[in-house]
Amino acid sequence: MKKTGKVFKYGDNVDTDVIIPARYLNTSDPNELAKYCMIDIDEDFIKNVKKDDIIVANKNFGCGSSREHAPLAIKAAGVSCVIAKTFARIFYRNSINIGLPILECPEAVDKIDAGDEIEVNFVEGKITNLTKNETYQAEPFPEFMQKLISKDGLVNYIKK
Amino acid sequence: MGMTMTQKILAAHAGLDSVRAGQFIEAKLDLVLGNDITTPVAVNEFKKLNYDCVFNKSKIAIVPDHFTPNKDIKAAEQCKYIREFAKEKEIENFFEVGEMGIEHALIPEKGLVVPGDTVIGADSHTCTYGALGAFSTGIGSTDMAAGMATGKAWFKVPSAIKFNLTGKPQGYVSGKDVILHIIGMIGVDGALYKSMEFVGEGLKHLSIDDRFTIANMAIEAGAKNGIFLVDDITLEYVKEHSTKEYTVYEPDADAEYDEVYDIDLSTLRPTVSFPHLPDNTRTIDEVGDIDIDQVVIGSCTNGRISDLRVAAEILKGKKVKKGVRTIVFPGTQKIYLDALREGLIEIFIEAGVSVSTPTCGPCLGGHMGILAKGERAVATTNRNFVGRMGHVESEVYLASPAVAAASALTGKITNPENL
Repeated sequence: MKKTGKVFKYGDNVDTDVIIPARYLNTSDPNELAKYCMIDIDEDFIKNVKKDDIIVANKNFGCGSSREHAPLAIKAAGVSCVIAKTFARIFYRNSINIGLPILECPEAVDKIDAGDEIEVNFVEGKITNLTKNETYQAEPFPEFMQKLISKDGLVNYIKK
Repeated sequence: MGMTMTQKILAAHAGLDSVRAGQFIEAKLDLVLGNDITTPVAVNEFKKLNYDCVFNKSKIAIVPDHFTPNKDIKAAEQCKYIREFAKEKEIENFFEVGEMGIEHALIPEKGLVVPGDTVIGADSHTCTYGALGAFSTGIGSTDMAAGMATGKAWFKVPSAIKFNLTGKPQGYVSGKDVILHIIGMIGVDGALYKSMEFVGEGLKHLSIDDRFTIANMAIEAGAKNGIFLVDDITLEYVKEHSTKEYTVYEPDADAEYDEVYDIDLSTLRPTVSFPHLPDNTRTIDEVGDIDIDQVVIGSCTNGRISDLRVAAEILKGKKVKKGVRTIVFPGTQKIYLDALREGLIEIFIEAGVSVSTPTCGPCLGGHMGILAKGERAVATTNRNFVGRMGHVESEVYLASPAVAAASALTGKITNPENL
């Protein structure tokens, strides 16, 4: 499975409070949450993001709260993948569980700039920078996680 | 190769003789927890799973505490939704307004976690129960839904960092100062994906409340869980609060650790975390002149009775500085009642402090203490991210109840030793 999109780039420790602030958590509707996605770090994000665009960030992306609203908001905003040097543990787990592909790849993070057009192959972990004509190799998902993602998340995986 | 405390608990719950770091396992759960923000999403997911009932009606706890007592109509609708789910599924541990508290203060108080348990909670500070020698970790709503249905969760077995504590904390140094010191030392991702194991003879100088505070903030170093060796202090608490059977796990002598830190508690100073990350710490001696507008004492981190006692001792017979809005919110109804009976509430009110019912409200900028643009707060809570307590241009300084109470009196971040 491949996706191509434009890159929105952020720094270290992007926390769940800035991805979706607590003041908007009195709903669990993903489309409602998506309206405020990234609002406290980039208020123009939701105006500019298009379907399949990609977030690239430095280390410890998604630190803080366990709120699944954070990956839900990102997914509902149309983002096809998040690439970071490292992810906070609960965010990582939540993303896998809801079927939002995320990849750890320090090389890609160092070389990709905001606005670059990139293609991501989730199965192989291959990231192609179409703007700069470079490729970077992320660790592909372990088989266990590939199964979860292919079923679009944990719920479909364990559904009776 | 030997196993850490966490690895032993996970192996036992996975039905395996041994596990190693990095291994994926499926473990049985002793408790599945959620609150009023995360449970509505979990209920949505649970409904998709086509399970008629939950795996065990007594092993699920739902605590509406974040926007509760409800701050607006949407929050009230969310709570109604989970209240109806709890009723329909006959969930025994649904705690309503009037009996509820801040979940991580309430769950141990109700005796729902004991040593050796495996607990998941759809709240990142679920790691609090590591203070009791349990494996407990924060997860999201989908994991909560799956846990409620199957009584199991998948885990990647973590490696560990060992913190060997020695010495006795001096003066006003408390559990909060210990964990802020550690987070400042290793960073907000210093324990990413790992366990933080707390051992050593210094433990005997840390009360169970200190340990709850330390384990609570393991997530602020990115950890999967924090866990304390079980000793007499733990067992005394367990005996007073629970009739559940428990198992004490100790790390093997040849357990492998990624890193080992020796920390002499007697050398620590009251510590403050500056905006906007918990690892941005300075000792009280390095703080400088920081004027504040609000003080918040409470939360799942520091809203226990011993926290309120320390604050009351400092505030007794004095008045908070005019213009410094000071809010105390006890962790549970029981803590509130104990504080009332001990005369602490009277001390607070006479000092000009507003005392709130238990709620997570101010901690996450939910309600009951939101900051305006440019305002600063000293809070005993656990996070000081951008916009955490209100406006994106407000600032939160994390500190112990002693430092927070002293700061309320002076209007500046203050060393309680200097009062």
